[in-house]
Amino acid sequence: MHRLYGLLLIVVSLVVGATTASAHPHVWVKAASELIYAPDGTVTGVRHTWTFDDMFSTYALQGIETKTKGVYTREELAPLAQTNVESLKEFGFFSFAKADGKKQKFVEPTDYYLEYKDAALVLHFVLPFKTPFKSRQMQLEVFDPSYFVDFQLQDKDPIKLANAPAGCAMTIERPSDGSAAAKKLGEDNFLDGSNDNFGAMFANKVTVNCP
Amino acid sequence: MILLNEDAVRRGAVWSILLVAAAMSADGVLHAALAQNPFGGPRAVPDQQVGGVIGWILAKQSEFYRAMSSTIRAAKNDGSAVWTLLGISFAYGIFHAAGPGHGKAVISSYLVANEETARRGIVLSFASALAQALVAVVIVGVGAWLLNVTAKTMCGAERIIEIASYGLIAAFGARLVWLKGGGFFRALSSSRASGPQLAMAHDHHGDGHGHHHDHHHGAGHHHHHHDYCDHCGHSHGPEPDELAGPGGWKRGLAAVAAVGIRPCSGAILVLVFALAQGLFWAGVAATFVMGLGTAITVAAIATLAVSAKGVARRLAAGRDGGGALVMRGVEFAAAGLVLLLGAGLLLGYVSAERVTCF
Repeated sequence: MHRLYGLLLIVVSLVVGATTASAHPHVWVKAASELIYAPDGTVTGVRHTWTFDDMFSTYALQGIETKTKGVYTREELAPLAQTNVESLKEFGFFSFAKADGKKQKFVEPTDYYLEYKDAALVLHFVLPFKTPFKSRQMQLEVFDPSYFVDFQLQDKDPIKLANAPAGCAMTIERPSDGSAAAKKLGEDNFLDGSNDNFGAMFANKVTVNCP
Repeated sequence: MILLNEDAVRRGAVWSILLVAAAMSADGVLHAALAQNPFGGPRAVPDQQVGGVIGWILAKQSEFYRAMSSTIRAAKNDGSAVWTLLGISFAYGIFHAAGPGHGKAVISSYLVANEETARRGIVLSFASALAQALVAVVIVGVGAWLLNVTAKTMCGAERIIEIASYGLIAAFGARLVWLKGGGFFRALSSSRASGPQLAMAHDHHGDGHGHHHDHHHGAGHHHHHHDYCDHCGHSHGPEPDELAGPGGWKRGLAAVAAVGIRPCSGAILVLVFALAQGLFWAGVAATFVMGLGTAITVAAIATLAVSAKGVARRLAAGRDGGGALVMRGVEFAAAGLVLLLGAGLLLGYVSAERVTCF
């Protein structure tokens, strides 16, 4: 009878397994971010600059009327930028911040606009913190938990500290590309029990330590 | 001697199916467990860190998908790049369908819940993949090409279709649960009321003449081979032709409709991109080739599910009367799974590849 139950279990797990198998991205974003500091040293928000991939940029521009074909002005793109920030709210702006280990909330974005550059859409927006804070250590992660959007920090100067107090130092951790990450994070990682800094292995993560 | 051989073949079949099934489901189950938040964190972790088979599939399909936009651009100047595009699309379809959505789970569960053949499973898989491709082409063809609506409008339409699809899956599941629940509870009561031998005979009869009519065959319809023998289930298994009775295809149509109306977001993006490059026809061709690849993967999984059930039936047939009950139980569980999936997708508990509009 064991064989039979084993088989039934496998039929069910086959079907369930097929369902829970992973999604893969349809949108790629090259991200650059700036942490904004007030004169008194508190962090007030994050300025994101997200460059979308070729295919998604073209898709997003579908149906947008322009005066000159192929040229999109900031004004012409304003309604799309509006849609973008409104929709991003549902996903928490794909931004996750912590101050000394405590989660920080964002409020509605400000200063948002889109530009069309080198056949790609670039979304600019400022994400203010609900409560500006001072902390010895802050962390910012940018990623999509559902992995519909693949975020990569841009190669050069992906994170800037704007007017940060003297002595603040940052470290940046990037996810490797999908295949390398998959290799690095095989099944063994789930089984050995030491998963404390698990998140560090795949998210775009910046850590700022201030004296 | 013959018995011995059959047994060996049967055992071999069991093991090969178990191996493939285990490999395919291990990653998914692992991921499901992971999604339960083992680290106490508030959110699920991205999928890209899942290793093994799925990790590799993920990496591959991202690779193919990204290659599509550059290939479409290249095709503007060099017509032969279209062949490359079709090749990539085909490979992408095969790999992509291994991810969530595309009705694998629904179609497989439907097949297990009903006394369906692998052959019909394959046809259903191809029909639903074709429908998905058609819907994507119609959305972009009418929306973007004819009406020149914005991406926001198209995405909104996609979302509505998605919700409709999930609703249909839930309704379809509810109907299956209703039908299969009856069979299961009748098997439950008959296995208690009558002896094990009788219940077994019932089961065989049901197998041969359609699952809906188990209860119509009373004790008078004894199977002519109801004596104990090891190979009963084997030699008296239903023939494909018996199962594909009149009206049989109509039953599957509901599954195809529920699954097939939801287009793949990837196909929509590719189509809009191709349209913008002035190569809409190449996008349409790519979408259908992608659908072909998807169909192959879905059909393979559906066939696996049907074969697994077949093996289960053979194993169950050797049991004292428990066979009918076990098989009805499997069918009832599969029906329940369709309902759960539909409800879960509808309420957002099961995250398929949801449409993200922004």
